Amino acid sequence: MIAYALIFAFLCYGIGLLLTLWRIATGPDPADRILALDTMVINVIALLILYGMWQGTAVYFEASLLFAMVGFVSTVAYCRFILRGDIIE
Amino acid sequence: MLSEIFISALLVIGGVFGLVGSYGLVKLRDAMQRLHAPTKATTVGIGGILCASIAIAWLERGVASTHELLITLFLFVTAPVTANFIAKAYMHRNIEAASLPQTETSCGWAGYAPPPGENEPPSGDKSN
Repeated sequence: MIAYALIFAFLCYGIGLLLTLWRIATGPDPADRILALDTMVINVIALLILYGMWQGTAVYFEASLLFAMVGFVSTVAYCRFILRGDIIE
Repeated sequence: MLSEIFISALLVIGGVFGLVGSYGLVKLRDAMQRLHAPTKATTVGIGGILCASIAIAWLERGVASTHELLITLFLFVTAPVTANFIAKAYMHRNIEAASLPQTETSCGWAGYAPPPGENEPPSGDKSN
């Protein structure tokens, strides 16, 4: 039963990844694209954790933690660039 | 059997909320409205998946693992900062300063008026 639930969660986050990709491609404003990129990072973190559960290892937690940190820093850097025209003043 | 039902319910709840968050990103009309949807995926979606991961390690394999909580904690701390930055970036590009309501304090809106204690905006600041 856990295997079916895992497949369901994989499907949900995979479809979510495609929806965020659509928003990145068509988003009218850069703010939409940043938000979609942030959501995409969230979806990838969830997929990594699910894959780690599928494989039964804890290796992928470090990868998902790295994804969380890099996603946060890149979102803030992109927003800073739009707000100030520079990342580190 | 009961632990299997519990873990499966957590996985299904997390998956549904993650899908709802990404679907709201496509469905909602305005960028400010779209800020609302992915918070569901960040909190309940990822939270459900991570709780399921903790429960699988504990109930199925007998290992008490807590480093999933690190990811949850990090996401919970960074999500408001990210949302604030995205909202400010959207306001900077799309909303005129004249259309904003008065702050009714001595200083104006952050990002539009100079911060308190400064008379002039910094040289790199674009005025709009």
